[in-house]
Amino acid sequence: MGVGEVRENEGYRERIARRAAQEVEDGMIINLGIGIPTLVADFIPANKRVMFHAENGILGTGPSPVKGEENPMLCNAGGFPVTLAQGASFFDSAVAFAIIRRGLLDMTILGVLEVSQSGDIANWIVPGKRVPGMGGAMELAQKAKKVLVVTTHLDKNGRSKIVRECSLPLTARNAANLIITDMAVMEVMPDGLYLREVMYPYSVADVIGATEAVLKIEGDVEVFR
Amino acid sequence: MTNRFEKVISLEEATEFFRDGMTLLAGGFGGVGNPPTLVQAILDKGVKDITLISNDTAFPWIGIGKLITEKRVKKVIASHIGSNPNAGAQMTAGELEVEFCPQGILAERVRAGGVGLGGILSDVGIGTIAEKGKQKLTLDGKEYLLETPLTAEVAIVHAKKADRFGNLVYDTSARNFNPLVAMAGDITIVEADEIVEVGELPPEEIVTPGVFVNFIVQSKGVNWQWAWEK
Repeated sequence: MGVGEVRENEGYRERIARRAAQEVEDGMIINLGIGIPTLVADFIPANKRVMFHAENGILGTGPSPVKGEENPMLCNAGGFPVTLAQGASFFDSAVAFAIIRRGLLDMTILGVLEVSQSGDIANWIVPGKRVPGMGGAMELAQKAKKVLVVTTHLDKNGRSKIVRECSLPLTARNAANLIITDMAVMEVMPDGLYLREVMYPYSVADVIGATEAVLKIEGDVEVFR
Repeated sequence: MTNRFEKVISLEEATEFFRDGMTLLAGGFGGVGNPPTLVQAILDKGVKDITLISNDTAFPWIGIGKLITEKRVKKVIASHIGSNPNAGAQMTAGELEVEFCPQGILAERVRAGGVGLGGILSDVGIGTIAEKGKQKLTLDGKEYLLETPLTAEVAIVHAKKADRFGNLVYDTSARNFNPLVAMAGDITIVEADEIVEVGELPPEEIVTPGVFVNFIVQSKGVNWQWAWEK
């Protein structure tokens, strides 16, 4: 099976990741969050050479190691063993975040609890329920040149995660640039949130009906298959 | 003054520095780079009421996560506690005070403490609840939060190699917070996988100069199973 091809019985997570991988450009420095973002690496074509950044102090992580060949000390920020790409380097956590704050990350791909039509992101706390902490999400969301949000369109209770205003405490304001869900691709612009693509088999009406945020449309809305 | 060229001590001697109510800085990220032998010594001595400063609370039975699980910690300053459900449960029950700090800011606060700075200015977290309680300053028309330095009575560090002066080399991504933590302890105790003679480490490759290190203990190695091994 080739990179970037549709997998048989592709799930929504893989489809989101496959679409997200189209945003990757040759030469980019990229940070991938945990969950669907991690899958994006599998869909980047070989002719695009990128460097993956890990908050725990690696620039240039490679694929997962073969089982039995893991180095327990060599892990990504999610705690899973990784290998190294050519040209990789190690550094401490201060330098890891110097890279982020200095604006040297071309793209970060992260999941959310909520994202608003103005690009506000909430992804670190549900007060009184789930309080994992922000980790490095505030720096990533606030400082990466391009912030790509990948998420399910709806939460477990069927509510839109794409909202007019976030109700949860924020990770960063006006941070998201592009939102890719199992239903749609939406771009945050200064004048609002634009519906750019719908994910097959959903229609524009399906997406608008499922979205609490105000969606703007200009020109054709493409279908991503 | 103790001999600066012989900082290697026994685990029993190191354990003398672990006291109830101490502030403790620990290197490591998700358990990787937590010093296993020193953490076990803290547990075995029965030390309690610790104020722990570390990136995260690891996993329930990995690294410093065990200090949480065994209820030895009264307060933690960290960026993330999500991988250790015991931390969240104790926080909800009012048994554990948790102060969250964005990860890169936590690293810089520890670094500031370690390098003798009075604070740092950053715009990370402006417009979020992370700015709560922090002094705001405006410089050249831009707004910043004043982030305060962090130090601790005892800092525990994991290194791959240490020479007897305390020069340190780390192990791949187990470096993470360790070089920062090494600088910020009133007393810094290093657990090293390998202890070598002074002069054996190539000066160009030393990450932490030994002047920051007070004591060195021989590691007994990781005494837990990693989450991904299950």
